[in-house]
Amino acid sequence: MLSIRNLSVSIGGKPIIKKLSLEVREGEVHAIMGPNGSGKSTLASVIAGRDRFDVDEGEIEYMGQNLFKMPAEMRAREGIFLGFQYPVEIPGVSMANFMRTAINEKRKYLGLDPLSGAEFLKLMEEKKKIVDIQSKLTKRSVNEGFSGGEKKKNEIFQMALLEPRLAILDETDSGLDIDALKVVANGVNKLRRKDNATVVITHYQRLLDYIIPDFVHVLFDGKIIKSGGKELAYELEEKGYEWVKKEAASNQ
Amino acid sequence: MKERLIELYNREKDVIRGSSSPLVNRLRQHAFTRFRDKGFPGTNLESWRFTDLTPLLNTEFEINLANRFGNIDTEKLFTCDVYDLDTFSITILNGWFVHKYAPLSKLSDGTIIGSLAKAMEVYPELLDQYIGRAAKPDNYEMAALNTAFFQDGLFIYVPEGVKVNKPIQLINIVDSPNPVFLQPRHILIAGKGSEITLVHCDHSLTHNVSFTNTVMEVFAEEDARVDHYKIQNKGRNSALVTTTFIRQEKNSKVTTNIVTLNGGFTRNTIDNEISDKGCVSDHYGLYLVDSNQHVDNQINIDHASPGSLSNQLYKGILDDKAKAVFSGKVLVRRHSQQTEAHQNNNNILLTDDAKVNTQPHLEIYADDVKCSHGATVGQLDPEAMFYIRSRGLCERSARQLMMIAFASEVVDKIEIEALRKRIHSMVEKRLKGELSICDQCVLHCNSKEPTTFNIDLSKL
Repeated sequence: MLSIRNLSVSIGGKPIIKKLSLEVREGEVHAIMGPNGSGKSTLASVIAGRDRFDVDEGEIEYMGQNLFKMPAEMRAREGIFLGFQYPVEIPGVSMANFMRTAINEKRKYLGLDPLSGAEFLKLMEEKKKIVDIQSKLTKRSVNEGFSGGEKKKNEIFQMALLEPRLAILDETDSGLDIDALKVVANGVNKLRRKDNATVVITHYQRLLDYIIPDFVHVLFDGKIIKSGGKELAYELEEKGYEWVKKEAASNQ
Repeated sequence: MKERLIELYNREKDVIRGSSSPLVNRLRQHAFTRFRDKGFPGTNLESWRFTDLTPLLNTEFEINLANRFGNIDTEKLFTCDVYDLDTFSITILNGWFVHKYAPLSKLSDGTIIGSLAKAMEVYPELLDQYIGRAAKPDNYEMAALNTAFFQDGLFIYVPEGVKVNKPIQLINIVDSPNPVFLQPRHILIAGKGSEITLVHCDHSLTHNVSFTNTVMEVFAEEDARVDHYKIQNKGRNSALVTTTFIRQEKNSKVTTNIVTLNGGFTRNTIDNEISDKGCVSDHYGLYLVDSNQHVDNQINIDHASPGSLSNQLYKGILDDKAKAVFSGKVLVRRHSQQTEAHQNNNNILLTDDAKVNTQPHLEIYADDVKCSHGATVGQLDPEAMFYIRSRGLCERSARQLMMIAFASEVVDKIEIEALRKRIHSMVEKRLKGELSICDQCVLHCNSKEPTTFNIDLSKL
């Protein structure tokens, strides 16, 4: 589904991602872990189409298409979803309105009729249950005045509505207490299907107690320095990142 | 123009003075002398540095010193189509109060609403207690000119403790085939503990040239609450200069909100004197301008007493060669401790030719105060743009959403729900370029020449 090959990305001449390769197939859950500043969020943003980065080399193929030829909105309509680490507040635009516009732009792109108000409301009620979201939240302006937990839940709610094929969740667990974390993880698990994939970016192993990954990758200094199964996450928790860094250094 | 006005004043002194009280006529004479000596404000003055009146004064304006309208079926002239907006509606046509029934009404709770000219006849003592007490013709040239000449306008008196349950809607219409120079004067007195909401709509029915120089005096007495909304929606050849003087007594609360959707030339000045403690004074403004439009907002707040709060938030979106000026002054006097004053002016420029001059001024002489100010001129936040696009909305829709979001911070302050909804939709249409002057106008005038405005979003 997603093939990243030999990708190097920089910002203002400063290299951030260095010759990174990653393969994500349908039905898989990947976790990308790593210390702060290792390039995790940059990788997520580049996949979703943020244009402030320079791609110096390499390619990303998504469903057989060159991702770099598609603007951000096209990637979204083709099924890529980025759950933001810091969701943006949009005062004056209600959540419901925002999501209805988003869904209908996607449907238009796919050649489907737009959802009517009633159909959309029904869909929204259905999806609210997945993330245990309060009904008043959808009437409020997008993320405006939402607590940290509400913002993250709201990201999962949007994901539920947009039904992406590839969801990238950027530090969705940061700033969440254990109850909110469970709600968010539960939402992700409910949305898991055979034909979609999830990439979870996290700093801590904690989230992976609830979202069980098929693969764990350690990103350090713009490179994946170690990959493994879910047990790698526990090992990291125990031994810290220093251990992988040393191992990587000795391999070189 | 100055010479013509001086000549007119001298020649028609008796007509101008009419039945005004001796006090009012002394005010006139003083203001006239001031205008005769100083004339129209020039760009040499700090507060007029970025706004030049000269090109607007070359027209041979018609000045009418007598009311030629009399009784008019105001409902035939227009119907306000803001649904659910239940108001007590007042019409001023070319500077004159027009009415279907009576020029002045006294409601059962004692509230007096109507024509200022009539009020000067009927309640001279009441008027003399207030008129000219808030206005400062010595500091404001255009207010001096208005004081010398004014004939009519809106008069509202709300007695002590009365909460006027319906908003008063003032519809100011300019409709004349010839260029007219108008100088209405409005007085709003909110007695002790009273509450009143005024919705003040400025409209032109045609694109003919006009110049309106309005002065309004607002008195908020102890514990009074005044909400003043202004919707400015004028033709491209109109010039509108408004000067609002607000005087606040102890624990009073005054809110102003000026939404400028269209207008050839607009200059709004608010002079707010906080003369006792516990006052709250909030001033909001939104301007959406394009083509060669010019909008200038000047806010002067004088914290002449300790323990009050003032707040200014003005936002603007400018397209084409539009020009905006913002100046927010806050004076905190030496003894005005525990003052809190905040001020913000944010602008989005859509073209390289659009221009904004924004000047926050804080003059603080007290040491125990909380003050802040900020001004931004910029473009849309790229992070927010990306967020919206990452949900599948195209760049154009994302920009529109962002601009609506930008504007709504001010619109959301409108407390009358029907009006807020209407302004939201007008702003939305305006930003999508779907709004013509007739579409947004509350009047059903069937103008032959609708103007469309187009904020071209691709230019961002």
